[in-house]
Amino acid sequence: MRYCARIAVGPVQFRVGSDWRRPIADLDRLYSAYPKDEARPADATVRLFAARPWRRWLRPSVHIGGDFVVPDALPLPLSMGLLAAEMAMNLQVALGWRRHLLLHASAVARDGRALILSGESGSGKSTLAALLGEGAWRLMGDEFTLIEPVRGAAFAFPRAVSLKNQAIDEVAARVDAARLGPRLTGTPKGDIRHLIPRADAIAAMHEPARPALLLFPRFGGEAAIEPMGEGEAFVRLTEASTNYVALGEAGFSALTRLVREVPAFGVTYPDSATGIALAEDLWTEATA
Amino acid sequence: MTDRVFRAAPADALCIEPLGAITAIFDRRSMQTHLVAPPLPEMLALMGEGPCDAALLTKRLEAAFDLGDTGDVRERVAERLDELAAMGLVTAA
Amino acid sequence: MSPAQTLVDLLAGRCEPGELPPRAWEGVIGVARAEAMLATLAHRLEGASLPPSVAALFADQRAAAKVATAQALWEAEMARRALASECIEFVLLKGAAYAAAGLSCSAGRQIGDLDILVLAADIRRAENELLEAGWEWVKSDPYDDHYYRAHMHELPPMIHKTRDRMIDVHHTILPRTHRITPDALALVSDAVTTEGGFAVLCPADMTAHCAAHMLADGDLQGGLRNLWDFHCLTRDFAAADAGFWGRLDARAELHGLRAAVRRAARLARDLYGSALPPGWDEQVGGDAWYRRRLLARDDWGRPTDRWLEQVFYIRSHWLRMPTMMLARHLWTKWRRRRHHFAG
Repeated sequence: MRYCARIAVGPVQFRVGSDWRRPIADLDRLYSAYPKDEARPADATVRLFAARPWRRWLRPSVHIGGDFVVPDALPLPLSMGLLAAEMAMNLQVALGWRRHLLLHASAVARDGRALILSGESGSGKSTLAALLGEGAWRLMGDEFTLIEPVRGAAFAFPRAVSLKNQAIDEVAARVDAARLGPRLTGTPKGDIRHLIPRADAIAAMHEPARPALLLFPRFGGEAAIEPMGEGEAFVRLTEASTNYVALGEAGFSALTRLVREVPAFGVTYPDSATGIALAEDLWTEATA
Repeated sequence: MTDRVFRAAPADALCIEPLGAITAIFDRRSMQTHLVAPPLPEMLALMGEGPCDAALLTKRLEAAFDLGDTGDVRERVAERLDELAAMGLVTAA
Repeated sequence: MSPAQTLVDLLAGRCEPGELPPRAWEGVIGVARAEAMLATLAHRLEGASLPPSVAALFADQRAAAKVATAQALWEAEMARRALASECIEFVLLKGAAYAAAGLSCSAGRQIGDLDILVLAADIRRAENELLEAGWEWVKSDPYDDHYYRAHMHELPPMIHKTRDRMIDVHHTILPRTHRITPDALALVSDAVTTEGGFAVLCPADMTAHCAAHMLADGDLQGGLRNLWDFHCLTRDFAAADAGFWGRLDARAELHGLRAAVRRAARLARDLYGSALPPGWDEQVGGDAWYRRRLLARDDWGRPTDRWLEQVFYIRSHWLRMPTMMLARHLWTKWRRRRHHFAG
């Protein structure tokens, strides 16, 4: 393809091809600090392309392709090319990765142990992980957490954090502007701005962490903590996993082990500060 | 109506993990996970290796657990057996 | 060297994997994924000298394929249970049959829908039993439904409501309207039983069906994979039975599939290095188009020859139905596609 970026996030080596320069330039900037291995062949391929040659210039719209595609995915305008790239990269991992049990969850680590936050979009799991990652924690990822099936360790997938709507200002106020991507307005998911993880989080992206606490955050409503049984955590995590079924028994044993060994809580919080305080309290208890 | 006769999955085909209130059963033949509640795991365990119908299984359940006076147990056991058959955990013998 | 050619060379054993430049792998992997052959390649190259990340990816693929094969075979088992109460005999076809029979092409082979063959006389009963056992019609429109029932060689597809897997119930192996009419009764009556108790087509029929599926029925989508099946089937069957090629020729003749089988054999020789017996080993000019169509993918796994793809698409329909019907069919499909885009 005309333009190409090569990006390694955690264990996944991507190649992203594009008919336009701009999404590639945006990606190169967001991922400039990530380790590069030019000799390593890609595990996953993403293509951003124009459906018809003239649509590269005339009302350019970005179609998402690659190893895996969603049949009815709508194209995005070129101004949202970066979002298209990110969605396509996530899709390849969600549908194609088989080495780990993939949880749709954010995670942060401290002292080699991981706090995993699983929830739908809107639960605030990205924002909480991003804010924790600016403090005493290592950000492992805001979208996927990878569980190694044999030993049960969590591995990081620290792509650029996708901040949405109110979270943009909340986080932007605390970080150097050089760590933020362009603001994408009016996307199907609202406003989006990417945050480059801290250099130490990127440097440590291959280091495993032992899961120590599972939280299922829910944004909005009075602060509340509800212990969650093994069965419910199991069910929720199978729903939060994109490759549980494909992994067969390896996925089953990884997940039963995770919910047995790691305490799980549902957490309701009215604002990020409260959410973080609740998470820190539960962490202290769980790791005491 | 006579009860249908079933046979349980061979024990080595299943990985059964109690997780609090529910039990997760992984079937190595189908690669499927079934989340079940009592009395399904107990029924599976009591079926043993031989052929078994609702009447026989009801007798075994009554011997193993104090079911008290709970109406037509056999009919409900027959229904649960059909559920297990739909999951593939038991098969018509 | 195009990545599709490299993929074929690796499968055929003509290319030393250790000598491939590391970055050449991503084109090969891209094409293999696009052709649904990545796990097949992973099996073929098990133990070969590979860049570490490729070796790891291939190990993942082999493990995942093992799970996927078990899931596919389970569908066959559930179909067996559903049809057993009415004693409806059925024969497994394609991927599930290869796996059930433990054939070498099933290593890593992706298996999509479950394809089964029943006698035309049993098809309504089979339909009823499957509906009772939890399969349901995939939502389709009246045109599709009528089209299937009037002209096709199978029921409209059904999907299982809890397992979410599709089953295609065939009563023969080519559409009713196809210019060729295989002998469906012979297919079923000469079927053989696998160790696990499933019926599959006898070796010669299985091979003829593989060629029919690739060359007489389809537009060569997935052709590299189907041709690999053909290559492995003929190699293994011929190794076990010295008279296999003769038997294959006779059965192909019976089903009207001689041209398809011969062409598949020549293409398998050209691409995968199959050894053909005397009399089969000829050069035919038209094969070049097929080879070109089979290898038409670029470094990014994209089809490179839209025109040729279109030609084979139209050819597949031309074979499947009379000209007037084809015109009506393509017109209906085209109008619907336009509506779809406009809506």
